[in-house]
Amino acid sequence: MSVVEGTTSSPPPAWRTADAWQRLFRERPIVPLLVLLGALVVLYQVVQPGTISPNWVGSIIRNAVPLAILAACQTLTMLTGGIDLSVGAVASMAAYVMATLVPSQGPVIAIVVALAACGLAGLANGIGVGIFRVHPLIMTLAMSLVVLGLMTVYQLIMVAAGSRVPPEIRTLGGGTSFGFVPHNLLLFVPLAVGIMWALRRTGFGRLLYAVGDNERAARLSGVRVWQVLVALYVVSGLLAGVAGLVYVGITNVATVTLVDKYVLTAVAAAVIGGTSIFGGRGGYAGTIVGAIILSLLTNLLTVLQMPEAARQVVFGAIILAVAAAYTRITSEA
Amino acid sequence: MSVATATSDRAPISATVLRVLRRNAWLLGLVVLLAAMLLLTRIIQPTYGAAGIDSLARAALPIAFAAVAQAVVVIAGGIDLSVGSMMALTNVAAASMMHRQGEEFGVVAVVLTLILGIALGITNGVLVVVTRVPDIVVTLALSFVWAGAALLVLNTPGGGAAQWLKDLPVGGVFTEWVPSAMVLLLVCVGAVWLPLRRRRSGLALYAVGSDRLAAFRSGVPIARTKVLSYALCGLFSAMGGLALSAATGIGTPTPGPYTLLSVAAIVLGGVSLAGGRGGLLGCIIAVLILRLVRTDLTFLGVDPNYATVIEGLIMVAVVMVGAVVALRRKPA
Repeated sequence: MSVVEGTTSSPPPAWRTADAWQRLFRERPIVPLLVLLGALVVLYQVVQPGTISPNWVGSIIRNAVPLAILAACQTLTMLTGGIDLSVGAVASMAAYVMATLVPSQGPVIAIVVALAACGLAGLANGIGVGIFRVHPLIMTLAMSLVVLGLMTVYQLIMVAAGSRVPPEIRTLGGGTSFGFVPHNLLLFVPLAVGIMWALRRTGFGRLLYAVGDNERAARLSGVRVWQVLVALYVVSGLLAGVAGLVYVGITNVATVTLVDKYVLTAVAAAVIGGTSIFGGRGGYAGTIVGAIILSLLTNLLTVLQMPEAARQVVFGAIILAVAAAYTRITSEA
Repeated sequence: MSVATATSDRAPISATVLRVLRRNAWLLGLVVLLAAMLLLTRIIQPTYGAAGIDSLARAALPIAFAAVAQAVVVIAGGIDLSVGSMMALTNVAAASMMHRQGEEFGVVAVVLTLILGIALGITNGVLVVVTRVPDIVVTLALSFVWAGAALLVLNTPGGGAAQWLKDLPVGGVFTEWVPSAMVLLLVCVGAVWLPLRRRRSGLALYAVGSDRLAAFRSGVPIARTKVLSYALCGLFSAMGGLALSAATGIGTPTPGPYTLLSVAAIVLGGVSLAGGRGGLLGCIIAVLILRLVRTDLTFLGVDPNYATVIEGLIMVAVVMVGAVVALRRKPA
C-alpha cells in the first residue's frame, strides 16, 4: 500500500507524460495538425521571406475551400467505413452541366439542374451501397466510370451549344473582397459549421459514427442502416456538386475532367485530418485543417519552383508520414 | 454386384467433375461469355477474324498485366492503387534506358526494369507492413510518389524501345489465329504464378487474404506474405510498363487509367475484394471481355464513350450478382 502511495506521490515518470501526450493526440488530433500547419507557415517564411501577407493567406484559403468541400464527401463516407471515389466525376459533371446550360436556361436553372444530377448520382451510389450492399469502393468507382462516360457523350452533343461560366459563380468561387477575403468563405463557413454541427448534434451525424463503428450493433439497436447510407451518399453527391461549382468559379473553364485530379487529394485531406478509413473515428474540423495544409504545401512547392515531379513525391511522402503517425498514436492505446 | 461397384467407382469421378465445375463456375461462365462475345462480334462484323483477335490481344496486353498485378495483391487481402503509377515509372525507366542503345542492351534494360518493378512493389509492401496504415492509404500516397518519380525520369514522352521488344507482341505464333501478345501474356504470368501457386508461399497468399488471424495462428508469416504479394504486383506492373513500351515505342510519364481498369477487371474476373478468393486466369479473360465490349460498340456505330458507362455498369452488376449468389449459398 505504502509502496503504491510512494509511486503515485513521486513526480510522474516519463512514460506517463508520454501517455498524456498520446491521449491528447488521440482525442484532439486537431492540435498536432495545427502545430504542423504552423510549422509549415514558419518554413514558408524561412524559405521565402516576405511572402506572407493577407493576400497570400487569402489565396491559400481560396484554393483550400473547394478541396475542403470535396474532402467533406470523403470524411462523411469514411466515417461509415466507406469512401466516395465518384466525387471527381460528379463534381466535374456539376461544373460542365452548369456551364453548358447557362447560355440557354440562365444561371439559376442551370445550377439547379446540375445539382439535381449530382444528387441523382449520389442516390445511385447510396442505393448500390445501402440496399444492394456493393462495396463502396467499387460502387463509387463504377459510378465515376458511368458519369464520365455519359458526360463525354453529353459533351459531344453539347459541343455546338457553347459553355459559359456565369459571373455569379465566378464571383462566389474565385472572387475576393478587400484583396484578401475569398468570397467562397461565404458559402463555406455556413457549410462547414453545418456539417460539424450535424456530426456532433444531430441524430443523422451520430448514426454515421454508429454505423461506421459497428454496423451490426447499429442494426441490432434499431438503426435502419440502408436509409442512413442512402441519405449519406446523396449528401455526398450534392457536396461534390457544390465543390465542382466552386472549382469552376476559380478556373473559369468547365471540362468533364475538371476535378478528377483532386479526388485523391481530397482523400488525403481527410486522412491527414485524422478520419479513419475504417470508419467510426474522425471529424470535419481536422479535414479542414488537412485541406489547408495540402493547399499550403502545393503553394509552397510551386513557389520553390520545384518541378511537378518533386511536388508529387513530397506530397505522397507527407500523406504517408502523417497517416503512419496517426496509426502509431491511435493503435498503441 | 459388379454394377454396384461400377457405379460406386464412377460416382466419385462424376462428383469430382461436378466439384471442379462448381469450383470454377465463375471461370467457366467467363469463358462462355467470352466465346459468346466473340461470336457476337463475328455476327456484327463478318470480317472480324485473325486480325481483329490480334489487335484485341495487343490492346488488352497492358491492361491484363495491370489486372494480374492487382489480383495478386487483392487475393492476399490488400489493394494497390499505385499500379498505374508503377507502370508509368517502369515504362519511362525502360524507355530512357533503351534510348539510342543497341538491341542487345535491350535485354539488360528489360531485366533491370523488372527488378525495378520488384523493388517498387517491395517498397509498397514493406511500408504497408511497417507503418500499419491501411493498404489503400499507403498505396494511394505512394501512387503520388511513383508518378512523381516517373516525371523525374522523363519530363515529356520520349525515349525509345528495342526493335525486338516492339516486335514481340506483333503477329501470331505458328498460325495467325494465335496472337503472340496472348502467348506472351500467358507465358509471362504463368512462369511467375504457376510454380508459386501450389507452393507454401502461394498458399500463404490465399490464407492471409481469407483470414489473417487464422493464417497467423497456423504459423503463416503474415508480413513476409504481404510483402511477397506486393513484390509480385510490382513485377507484373513492370511487365505492364514494358508492354506499354512495346506498344508505343516510347515512355509516357503520366499514369494511364490502369489502376481503375485493373480494379474493374478483377471484380469481373471473380476475385473477391475481401481477399482469399479468385485466380489470375479469370482476370485475364475479364480484360478481354471488357475490351471486346469496346470493339463491339465501335462496330455497332455506337459512341465508344458509352463503353465507359457499360464498364461501370458491369462492375456494379457483377458485384450485385456475386452478393446474391453468396447470400443464397449461405443458408445451405
